[in-house]
Amino acid sequence: MSLDFAMWEQMAGSTLRVSTPLLFAVLGGLLCERAGVVNIALEGLMLVGAFAAVAAALATGSPWTGAAAGAAAGLVFAAIYALMVVRLRANQIVAGTAINMLAAGVTPFLCKILYDSSGASPNLPLDSRFAIAPVWFAWILVVACWSWLHYTPSGLWVRFAGENPEALDTAGVSVNRVRWLAVIASGAIAGLGGASLSIFLSSSFTRNMTAGRGFMALAALIFGKWKPIPAAAACLLFGFADAAQIRLQGVTLWGEQSVPVQFIQILPYLLTVLVLAGVVGKSRSPKSLGLPFHRG
Amino acid sequence: MTNETPAVELRGLQKRFGKVQANEDIHLRVRRGSIHAIIGENGAGKSTAMKMLYGMYRPDAGEIRVHGEQRSWASPSEAIAAGIGMVHQHFMLAGPYNAVENIVAGAETSEPRWRWLPRAFRPVDATGARARLEKLARQYGLEMNFDAPVEELAVGVQQRIEILKLLYRDASILILDEPTAVLTPQETEELFVNLRKLCAEGKTVLIITHKLKEVMAIADHVTVFRAGKVVGDIPRAGTSVEELASMMVGRKVNLTAAPPPPPERGEAVLDVRELSLASSVGGKHPIQNLSFDVRAGEIVGIAGVEGNGQSQLLQLLLHPRAYRKRSRGEIHCLGQPILAGKAALATAAIKALGVGVIPEDRHREGLLLERPVLENFLLGLHQRAPFARRGFVSLKAVRSAAARAIEEYDVRPRSLEVAAGGLSGGNQQKLIIAREFERSPRFMVAAQPTRGVDVGAIEFIHQRILRARAEGAGVLLVSSELDEILALSDRILVMYEGRIVARFNRGEATEQSLGIHMGGGSHS
Amino acid sequence: MKVAAKGGWLPLLQPILAVAAGLAAGLAVAGLAGESPWHVLKILARSAFGSPYDLGMSLFYATPLIFTGLAVALPLKAGLFNIGAEGQLTLGALAAAAVGALFPAVPWPWAPLLAGLAAFAAGAFWGFIPGWLRVRRGSHEVINTIMLNFIAAGLASWVTLYLLKNPASQNPETRDLGAGYAIAKLHVFGDAPVSSALFLALLAAAAVWVFLWKTVAGFEVRAVGENDVAARKAGIRDGRARILVMVLAGGLAGLVGIGEVLGNAGRFRLGFSPDFGFIGIAVALLARGRPEGVVAAGLLFGALHKGSADLDLETENVTRDLSLILQALVILSVSADGLWDWLKKRRTAP
Repeated sequence: MSLDFAMWEQMAGSTLRVSTPLLFAVLGGLLCERAGVVNIALEGLMLVGAFAAVAAALATGSPWTGAAAGAAAGLVFAAIYALMVVRLRANQIVAGTAINMLAAGVTPFLCKILYDSSGASPNLPLDSRFAIAPVWFAWILVVACWSWLHYTPSGLWVRFAGENPEALDTAGVSVNRVRWLAVIASGAIAGLGGASLSIFLSSSFTRNMTAGRGFMALAALIFGKWKPIPAAAACLLFGFADAAQIRLQGVTLWGEQSVPVQFIQILPYLLTVLVLAGVVGKSRSPKSLGLPFHRG
Repeated sequence: MTNETPAVELRGLQKRFGKVQANEDIHLRVRRGSIHAIIGENGAGKSTAMKMLYGMYRPDAGEIRVHGEQRSWASPSEAIAAGIGMVHQHFMLAGPYNAVENIVAGAETSEPRWRWLPRAFRPVDATGARARLEKLARQYGLEMNFDAPVEELAVGVQQRIEILKLLYRDASILILDEPTAVLTPQETEELFVNLRKLCAEGKTVLIITHKLKEVMAIADHVTVFRAGKVVGDIPRAGTSVEELASMMVGRKVNLTAAPPPPPERGEAVLDVRELSLASSVGGKHPIQNLSFDVRAGEIVGIAGVEGNGQSQLLQLLLHPRAYRKRSRGEIHCLGQPILAGKAALATAAIKALGVGVIPEDRHREGLLLERPVLENFLLGLHQRAPFARRGFVSLKAVRSAAARAIEEYDVRPRSLEVAAGGLSGGNQQKLIIAREFERSPRFMVAAQPTRGVDVGAIEFIHQRILRARAEGAGVLLVSSELDEILALSDRILVMYEGRIVARFNRGEATEQSLGIHMGGGSHS
Repeated sequence: MKVAAKGGWLPLLQPILAVAAGLAAGLAVAGLAGESPWHVLKILARSAFGSPYDLGMSLFYATPLIFTGLAVALPLKAGLFNIGAEGQLTLGALAAAAVGALFPAVPWPWAPLLAGLAAFAAGAFWGFIPGWLRVRRGSHEVINTIMLNFIAAGLASWVTLYLLKNPASQNPETRDLGAGYAIAKLHVFGDAPVSSALFLALLAAAAVWVFLWKTVAGFEVRAVGENDVAARKAGIRDGRARILVMVLAGGLAGLVGIGEVLGNAGRFRLGFSPDFGFIGIAVALLARGRPEGVVAAGLLFGALHKGSADLDLETENVTRDLSLILQALVILSVSADGLWDWLKKRRTAP
């Protein structure tokens, strides 16, 4: 196979497509973590979003209600998470892990009840799926997120809630309210990411279909230094790796040796470890990330 | 409202935290357009009173009047709305963001054309805010770089941002908590110029401080706090550093322990030579060019208000490795260099030389609060025989030594199983002393050894320190309690702003003379 | 987070209440799915304990959970969160299988010993990395262990598919071990693959207990977790203690490979672990970080795993996923410190 123009064009197209769920998830993660709340629950939030989107799209035949349902499901699970970590001050890692488990258990459970199979939902007809809309929407959201974060009062509050919550509190803004809202909005956006996975990239829900994309989004968030534009770029990079890996299956380079796709698969995670360790650039988290806030 | 109406008036404020009466019957009148200093030692209750005024605490009783009107508020934001602002000792700034963002956060404005959006989503009018801030900055002489991340700015500039934050919110009454604590002398000068300008423009300034010299330089009126009460209230013009010092210090505990005459001075157990430490956050050096020694058989007391470099000195003595890149000078301890150039000893090695430490903050630095007395006794002794045997802890040995120690040091209750956090302050301290004396130290560091300890325990702890001296140990006593310093020390050094500003031998110093030096009265 | 016990009735009551609450909520979910909760409970109990074989299967699942529970619990004592047991156990199992495939001629008993050491060492190395990164580079162990889980999965897949591929199988698995590597099965449990690895797990729990409560190093670890400032003041090198627990934790997770590779499959099978590493988090939390509690919680979750396996067959609507839901609910109810503080306050209030 030669690396001609058509192939590159195809690669660019599939990169844009496969990075779309990541983009939503990374924006959700960004919103939450910039407000000072760790979000390792992205995986679970995406998963419930993916399931709810398929269920709603199957029921109504419209991908738009599917997307809305995906966002709503993410929002509900994020509200449980927010209740745990903001109100009850549970450890954010522990609660996030629990949300992931809950999502991994609840989705096949419901799938079985609704469709009599815990492994997969029925296939969606073509007109109940998105053709290209989520890609546009994701990139609009990236720009919207960036301008919101930098130009609006609530964006400023979120940034302060993650950096120095005391400063926000003494300025008369309730830190925990900001965090509550940021977490549930984060869930809605991550839910959209799940929806784009199930009713855009594929045509059904399958058990554990997120397959680590939530964590890859977390990696992209760190690699993108918790900033919208670089994080979106990281999603593209990881999406490209994903697309390339599919493309390179069975391709032989260097004589007879084929390229082990595993090395491309682990690249995002390896880069994240290196960036966090300061070996490649330096990524600094919001200063108060992970610390519950209470006055005095 | 006439000019006679005080800007702030506190009437009979009371505040109690658990068993501690932090404020009792506080009365205060602050004239409009004046600089009013609130002075007192650590724990005298000045911050509590100001936090009630600022809405961070609710008074148990009494009333607050602002410009003649009785007010009460549930949170700082209500106090801000009433025109009261506070610059906290630790600045409330988010490092990566610039001055405009830091000032505007929580008080954003937007242009009218965005009215149709919910308030939280209307684009912030950064240009307008910036224009207003530049005007305010010019008016009050608070120049600064508005574009740089605030973490890159000097501490003095960060403070100006905090002041500007209050002015942006139209505060007319500004409370500054220890504003010069982190400033260099030049920055302090500039701050004072700015404060005078603020007053000239009709603002009222309250300064919480303990630096008497600065009080004399800047204040119009002085209120002195001691032990939760107001003990003096006088115009600056009619007073002196000496008078303020004696009001501020007073006598709190009557120490009956008359120490025996000091024995022969022996070898130096601690020798500090031209020690300096650079600050990690920028700003001034926390320690500058310290030289002193402690000899076997004597107690050297370091007097000083907290935050004048004592903590950093203690850190350097115990953890030289962590600081060797930022420090200069040498420390020798019991004949060994523990910090000299690139070489520095590990903490465990220093303690193994025969060093016992009563830490400043026993909860944070001395104890495992949720663990039993037994394990707290073991902490730091756990690598020594007979408690450690081939990598295992010999519980039998620990148990018998600990049982003997808590008996000897009168730790109550006499239980090895009760959690350290459940003991009273005095008994926690006795437990730490029991542990640290277990290694028969030849050099003892006692930092604030009787803080938050009942009178009976104070007596006991002082006896122990004196006994250590009698047995030939050298003792470095760091305390902000002058009674303690005067009663125990054979030599007294006074620290102020990271330097030793005065040295006395036993009998030469009085509370007043120490108080003047501690307040920077002798320092220019 | 307060994982440490506070004394009194609370340490024991809280996990019991949490399990009860989780079970009640889980069964209520089953009820919503149209099944009688009582019926579901009976199936769970019968499937977990109903016959020697069922019991054996429960113990078979409990074995790796005890290891991973310890691998999470031990670092918690030093104030570290090891989310990386999954990656550590993957590499441990892979190492055991690789040794067995590459040196098939090693005789018993040296063979299992060698494989066990390899499993421990591989896991320990995978624990050392985040420990070292945390102490020396200041990067957070939670993120690093998550990332290392994926890296381990990728490495394992590469080794399995490219280097040690079993030519006789369509499945992604490594070549068979030599005959000397098999460890004893416990035949009282019929065909259940429970092996002497169970005793190794119990031994490991006992060893962790001894380490934490009887050794100097264990004391240092606990002191660091309790109050690292005071520990440093007492001359303890907190960084070294943190790296040590991560190494030990990784090694313990790696030992999962013994039961799976030597005691059950006889080779490394890609994806053999149904997230044992993550369930280990639930086990450790429910145990409040105590080794003896890890054994109890590991047995409980092992039984739950086995018990729920039959739900697929024996009920109309309820699937084995109920066990995941239950575990999540248990974690949530154990972890809500604020909730417990609130309950406690209510209780002590006049």
